[in-house]
Amino acid sequence: MMLDVRRINACGLNLEGCGVKKIIVEHLKYRYPQSTELALNDISFEAEEGEKIGFIGCNGSGKSTLCQALTGLVPHFYRGAYGGHVTVDGMEVMSSSISEIAVKVGIVFQNPFTQVTGAKETVYDEVAFGLENLGLPRGEIITRADAALKLLRIDRFKDQAPFSLSGGQMQRMAIAGMIAMRPRIIVLDEPTSQLDPQGSDEVYQALDDLSAQGLTVVLTEHKIEKVARYCDKILILQNGRSMAFDTPAQLFSAKNTEAWGVRPPVYTRVCRELLRPPAGVYPVTLAEAGEALANWEVIL
Amino acid sequence: MISVSRLHFSYDGKSEVLSDINIDIDQRSTAIIGQNGAGKTTFIKILKGLLKPGSGKVTILGEDTAKRSAAQWAGVIGMVFQNPNDQIFKKTVLEETLFGPLNIKMMPKAARENAMEALSAVGLADKTDSNPYDLNLSDKKLLCIASVLAMNTRVVIFDEPTIAQDWQGMERIKNIIKALKVQGKLVMTVVHDMDFVAECFERVIVFNEGKVLLDGSTDYVFTQTDILRRACVSPPHIVQLGALAGLRRVCLTEDEFVLAYREKRCEELGVS
Repeated sequence: MMLDVRRINACGLNLEGCGVKKIIVEHLKYRYPQSTELALNDISFEAEEGEKIGFIGCNGSGKSTLCQALTGLVPHFYRGAYGGHVTVDGMEVMSSSISEIAVKVGIVFQNPFTQVTGAKETVYDEVAFGLENLGLPRGEIITRADAALKLLRIDRFKDQAPFSLSGGQMQRMAIAGMIAMRPRIIVLDEPTSQLDPQGSDEVYQALDDLSAQGLTVVLTEHKIEKVARYCDKILILQNGRSMAFDTPAQLFSAKNTEAWGVRPPVYTRVCRELLRPPAGVYPVTLAEAGEALANWEVIL
Repeated sequence: MISVSRLHFSYDGKSEVLSDINIDIDQRSTAIIGQNGAGKTTFIKILKGLLKPGSGKVTILGEDTAKRSAAQWAGVIGMVFQNPNDQIFKKTVLEETLFGPLNIKMMPKAARENAMEALSAVGLADKTDSNPYDLNLSDKKLLCIASVLAMNTRVVIFDEPTIAQDWQGMERIKNIIKALKVQGKLVMTVVHDMDFVAECFERVIVFNEGKVLLDGSTDYVFTQTDILRRACVSPPHIVQLGALAGLRRVCLTEDEFVLAYREKRCEELGVS
């Protein structure tokens, strides 16, 4: 019998759930039809089960295209020229259909208005729509839809028409519909762009909880403080190329990310201006910055 | 400049979305913040004349808005919609930008000059022939901003201007707002990005469940953390860090923070 070496460490401890590669991207290249330039140019990275990965970079750097590549929309829907390999939860994207991938990978689009089906009369039915398409039993659909509506704090709007919701409420509805499908990997393209600050924190908290349960989360985000606080690793993209892939602290301490169009979190910026770090690593979160300001040497 | 008294509004005639709003909006740049569904967008749609008050009164420059149609107010108040797809409809970026100015009877030459100037300000001057629907969300939003700037209205209202903007896009929008203020225009925004509010706006009005919960200068409002929490709002990152670092005054920008922190530490160390 073959031993799955990924799940047993040197001491024989069972590492079930740890170190399992959920996303493997190898030398991915992609060009949209009728375009002369590569939208993605030799991208490679891996994500493990339960990891939260943030894609950041300027608009047009390839973040959304890379999200589409994880869901199979690139290349199956958009077509174009494609090279390299993308594997999601053990499934090679190129040789799988969008519907097969959709069972494992859920996506929330950047603009929630484009995600609403327009075919359903209530928020509840909209959230349940994907579950109906999976052919789940009625009881299971109700259980999952109820839980997702509650998690995203929109259960009180369940009888309203989807298009009567505010932009932020609609964004939560889109996330609820996706989470209810219980994919193994979730991809969110700017998930909180229209949410109030507390709603935004709650979505990130929900993503934290889901990743703790083993879900792999991939998101794009312009709010760098949020990415630095919640993501385990960050991939910086510029003109379709991968510029860096590391933990937030290492990335914002060691690299000149401004050259790639990405400003470090405000906490890192002010601490760079004011403090001498004892270990060469700057803070990236509020709590870390507070600690550093209290204890590190100040540049007066 | 804008006066709102005893304003009530309901979409369905049953549940009130806005309830007894009384505000005088002066020349200060003003941000309207609060949780999703608090009534912020409804409020600015009433100011713009797209919705009529259920009861109460809105006056702009002393004139009751009910006495003129939304089209007649279009030359005075410009509004950038939250969702660009609700605003754009023309076949090219230039046509889209020209629509507003021409519609308020601006002379074609002036309209074109304004349109090109506005497109330059948002960085879309090289995309005049593009189809607006081919633009990405960020550029669509910038196009909507340009379309309103080109109308040269006294009042400019933004609904979530920072959606989908990267660092450069944010800087562009900040510069546009600063320029509008220098030109003496009243700038208002509905927004969830508190760092943006701290940097660009002088007054903050907090909405909660259709009512005004808090109203004051930006530095005052962002110290009222308990009230803000009720409206699902957290202070800007730099204000939170200032509180954690024990700064005595509220710092709304990084530069203010760095200066205040150095002063504090010098004082503690007895260094002049």
